[in-house]
Amino acid sequence: MSSLIGVLALQGDFESHAVALGRAGARACPVRRPADLAGLVGLVVPGGESTVMQRLAAEYGLEQPIRAAVQRGLPVFGTCAGAILMGRGSELRPPRWRLMDIGAERNAYGRQLQSTTLTLPLATFGEFECLFIRAPRLFDPGPEVEVLGRRDDDIILARQANVLVATFHPELTEDDRLHRYFLESCGAEASETSVGR
Amino acid sequence: MTQSKGNGTAAGEGSFALKVGLAEMIKGGVIMDVTTVEQAKIAEDAGAAAVMALERVPADIRKDGGVARMAAIEIVRSIQEAVTIPVMAKARIGHFVEARILETLGVDFIDESEVLTPADEANHIDKQAFKVPFVCGCRNLGEALRRIGEGAAMIRTKGEAGTGNIVEAVRHMRTVMTQMRRLTTLGDEELMHEAKELGAPYDLVRQVARTGEMPVPNFAAGGIATPADASLMMHLGAQAVFVGSGIFKSSDPSKTGSAIVRAVTHFQDYEELARLSENLGDPMAGLEMESLAEDSLLQSRGW
Repeated sequence: MSSLIGVLALQGDFESHAVALGRAGARACPVRRPADLAGLVGLVVPGGESTVMQRLAAEYGLEQPIRAAVQRGLPVFGTCAGAILMGRGSELRPPRWRLMDIGAERNAYGRQLQSTTLTLPLATFGEFECLFIRAPRLFDPGPEVEVLGRRDDDIILARQANVLVATFHPELTEDDRLHRYFLESCGAEASETSVGR
Repeated sequence: MTQSKGNGTAAGEGSFALKVGLAEMIKGGVIMDVTTVEQAKIAEDAGAAAVMALERVPADIRKDGGVARMAAIEIVRSIQEAVTIPVMAKARIGHFVEARILETLGVDFIDESEVLTPADEANHIDKQAFKVPFVCGCRNLGEALRRIGEGAAMIRTKGEAGTGNIVEAVRHMRTVMTQMRRLTTLGDEELMHEAKELGAPYDLVRQVARTGEMPVPNFAAGGIATPADASLMMHLGAQAVFVGSGIFKSSDPSKTGSAIVRAVTHFQDYEELARLSENLGDPMAGLEMESLAEDSLLQSRGW
């Protein structure tokens, strides 16, 4: 039986993550309530509006259980809005979960017209097509953070123990390597080959 | 893939993947019509995933009449400065200059909208020529695929804006979903005839026949006034909802907006929907479709 990965499904592109996880050989289930966290071997916090996700997570009692589970070692993968929530920030909103010792600034490159696709070299993976959509910027990593990719000086992919963050959207391309890498850290077995759509 | 940019190779800004990508980020959310900075802040606080800047909400356009145009530049700019979520704005059907001006302002999405008075009775905007993404309304699959063919990165039902009556949005969403399902049952040799019948680009018809899904995110708009309405549209296949007059024509916009946002997330949780629907005050006053003259229907604008 394949392992169960939760995808925070309060708002955003949670369906795309579920599809990507499925291609990589995992089962994905939506997380909307604290009870949905039971039995998960990993959690994805997707792209979307970080302020909306944070507000709903706090209101529906998900924020504290997620933080506790991640602090106990549950692997978590945050993309874009998810990366913002994992880091720290000086902006008023959203309040951060501070699960990774790294600065995260929202909409750091501007509005949609500044959204861009860049093929960038990532540690472990090599060239990767990265879609940046009203993307945040990661900076000022703590000593325990392993930087896995940069866009000029800004960090775009990083890991600290069981927390993995990307400021781009691997779930929006057919390239499942990052999802497979995350599944390995969950102790889940990714299937051998990618099943393209 | 030639342009060099910093340490990476750029595939360019304004690609279709990036346009659709932003639409993906708004899924599971609510886009709220706002006409002032104050309303934009209320919408953001209520949990809107984006706001739509416009001069008058559809209910007022319907009531006051006159030509409805793109919002005043200063309104769009002040709303962009007031919120951190994506800001959308409406351009008239076929009015590519209004669209170019909105693009210059840096709005995140343009709605080529039947709610405004059309500028061109035959042609919609060539949306592929823009870097900014567009959303367009539809009543059926043919209309949706024509708009996508022109470059729309998001589709929404037209419904009947400004009525607070969900019946037309339901009709349009059911029509689209039924037509998509039907395509998946046809043989390849039947698809050209079907493309002709739908008045839709053949390649897109083939794509839908293969996947059974809209090629771009598929949202609902036009008549959503309550948390139950929003949930209903999600059940019928919408991936997010637009609320126009329904929020700021209700007696408590903040509460109504918040409740609709949460109703979209928890659209299958009826106990939660009951809780969200309690003590909301009065929703916007609705209109019966029979009370509307044929020529006052906004949905018949565009083709």
